[in-house]
Amino acid sequence: MSANMNVFLFFVSCVLTNNFIFSRFLGCCPFLGVSNKVETSFSMGMAVTFVMTIASLCCYMIYNWLLIPLGLKFMNTIAFILVIAALVQFVEMFLKKNSPTLYSALGIYLPLITTNCAVLGVTTLNVNNGYNMLYAVLNGAFSALGFTLAIVLMAGVRERLESSKIPECMKGFPITLVSAGLMAVAFMGFSGLV
Amino acid sequence: MTIVYAGLLLGALGLAFGGLLTFAARKFHVQVDERIEQVKECLGGANCGACGYAGCDAFAAAVVAGKAPVNGCAPAGEKGVRRISEIMGQAAPDTEKMVARVLCQGENGVAMERYAYDGYKSCAVAASLAGGPKDCRFACIGLGDCQDKCKFGAITMANGIAQIDPEKCTACGACVKACPRSVISLLPLSQNIIVRCRNSDTARAARAVCMDACIGCGRCKKECQYEAIIVENGFAHIDHEKCTRCGACAKVCPCGCITIE
Repeated sequence: MSANMNVFLFFVSCVLTNNFIFSRFLGCCPFLGVSNKVETSFSMGMAVTFVMTIASLCCYMIYNWLLIPLGLKFMNTIAFILVIAALVQFVEMFLKKNSPTLYSALGIYLPLITTNCAVLGVTTLNVNNGYNMLYAVLNGAFSALGFTLAIVLMAGVRERLESSKIPECMKGFPITLVSAGLMAVAFMGFSGLV
Repeated sequence: MTIVYAGLLLGALGLAFGGLLTFAARKFHVQVDERIEQVKECLGGANCGACGYAGCDAFAAAVVAGKAPVNGCAPAGEKGVRRISEIMGQAAPDTEKMVARVLCQGENGVAMERYAYDGYKSCAVAASLAGGPKDCRFACIGLGDCQDKCKFGAITMANGIAQIDPEKCTACGACVKACPRSVISLLPLSQNIIVRCRNSDTARAARAVCMDACIGCGRCKKECQYEAIIVENGFAHIDHEKCTRCGACAKVCPCGCITIE
């Protein structure tokens, strides 16, 4: 199999089969919190993509070049958290300067990427699966794209829900959770694809 | 040895990221009007929303942008308004401190009971059931919808009606909106003479439902030398501008519904 084919299969696996939200259940907080509008959710997805890609790269370097030589493998979680926190701070400053509208639209969820388990999850998975640098970065980027796909789809569903007749007791959060569950079931259909 | 490495490594990483972030903070520094922060400190800080903005932050930004009046925050009080005016370089507007007053004295036993209410503890719910648990359709229901909305702990429920502590009240108006009977009004704090009844029924009907009801007899109006009182809609109204707070009206009221604080 050619290298390109491998990358493509890896892409399908990250985005559809092992979708972070629907099959790994990581990053559910922003998934439910910022999926009100397609536009905002897409921006959130992009912010997460940026953070996850860079975090994968940084964490790979720190893990392989610092932690392993010093025999400090067990420190990976703490070191990764440090990297992610610093990165998110950086993204926040960057957005505040360059895109105030996006900054205020993302609101509290931007600093919350720090504690988004999807970001820590992808860096830990990179280590556990023994990916090389290229695949670690690709895993970060593709998984984040899967996250973006999920959150944008969800936002689309929720925009539709706004204008549909829903029983009073199901309005708001309950119907959102039900739709999320149904989407997760749909994504289960991709398992076995790769 | 490992423990030393671990400490050193994380320390070094932290220092490196800290340095990078400091650099980024300088590079991406956004000039924020420092007055916004100063104005915010003078506000009530409860995010009550009485000013019409999303919260204290939004209001402070609007004040600095010149879109909101400096005295738009009732909970800020006189002091706060004066300080905000200083920050904004304007003369402080002459605002009289307001306070929320409960215009009803229909305590349990004073106002007639229509039925014993035993349901969900909410005035809005009780008010919608057969006209409410008290016979008087203007009476305070006393289940504490206003108390729930008060962010300053100024309202207590005693003997079936709401009582507002003027010391704690910031006149944010949340209780006024919450009351399904519109029993609560914002009045100037200096107005210590208050007609505590809003029953606009005829004298006989009003008297039948509450012992402290204003019957609109007009004795207070005759007693007032300053023409500050009018009787309209079946109950007395005091003009806060004309009233000299002499208290003569309260002495002659046969129903005891004009009170002096």
